[in-house]
Amino acid sequence: MSENSLAIRKFSDLANPTRFLALAARVLPWFAGLTVLLFAAGLYLSFTTEGDYQQGETVRIMYVHVPAAWLSMMCYSVMAVSALGTLVWRHPLADVAARAAAPIGASFTFLALVTGSLWGKPMWGTWWVWDARLTSVFVLFLMYLGLMALNRAMDEPGKAAKVSAVLILVGFVNIPIIKFSVEWWNTLHQPASVLRLGGSAIDPEFLRPLLVMAVAFTMLFFTLHIAAMRNEIWRRRVTSMRRQAARSAGREV
Amino acid sequence: MMTHTAYVLASYGIAAVTVLALVLWVWTDGRARRRELQALEAAGIRRRSVQAGDVQ
Repeated sequence: MSENSLAIRKFSDLANPTRFLALAARVLPWFAGLTVLLFAAGLYLSFTTEGDYQQGETVRIMYVHVPAAWLSMMCYSVMAVSALGTLVWRHPLADVAARAAAPIGASFTFLALVTGSLWGKPMWGTWWVWDARLTSVFVLFLMYLGLMALNRAMDEPGKAAKVSAVLILVGFVNIPIIKFSVEWWNTLHQPASVLRLGGSAIDPEFLRPLLVMAVAFTMLFFTLHIAAMRNEIWRRRVTSMRRQAARSAGREV
Repeated sequence: MMTHTAYVLASYGIAAVTVLALVLWVWTDGRARRRELQALEAAGIRRRSVQAGDVQ
């Protein structure tokens, strides 16, 4: 068997929800433990490193603001891949993944907006401006809320899956807009300084806590996402078992 | 006018509350669903795949 078909088989093995549940039970304690350790290290570094010579203490807001903002976009990208999984491969877990990710993504986007605002007031002198970066992230937040509302509004998971998958893919156009907004338009928000051509423009003193916090937030996302997917599979099982019970009760009468 | 430290503490405070709320929601949701499944199984209701002997 070629390596490629082996990889595909592994991927389709995961399509079995029972296998996914077994895997989730195995990895969740490790992921949760690792997340706690990373946050302990990240928070320690965040508060022990020096303040910025211009920004002073407020530079520490960066260690939650930037990871939350990265995660808000990564979460939407995970949802977009899941949407492709629903529409193209009809992977049974793809819709579960997209649905479970939406509230988590909304929370991270909310955090990015609030911490950004709390950083903006002392540094820019304003809580909010309607510049391209801030506005496009706000649109992302609204899209998360819209997708959550849509998922709740439709009873039939199969139908909701297709509609929200299409909507997720249409909304994905916003992700490159967020990423490049600081280059395409004249914004109050600063341009990228960590991931950029020519290397990072941040001093290692700030980069270290930032990267540890970014990994911690990423692990938090995966832990919560796997747990939320497991909950969603259970929720669907409960619904189908109740339906089955009602049907067999109807037959007995 | 808030001091710089107050902005930092407010940011970390809101982040902690949001993350804890999220963790708590996923946790309680999981517990509630697990209880429902256990109650259904206790009532003798099995999933069709399990009934058919396709236990995995």
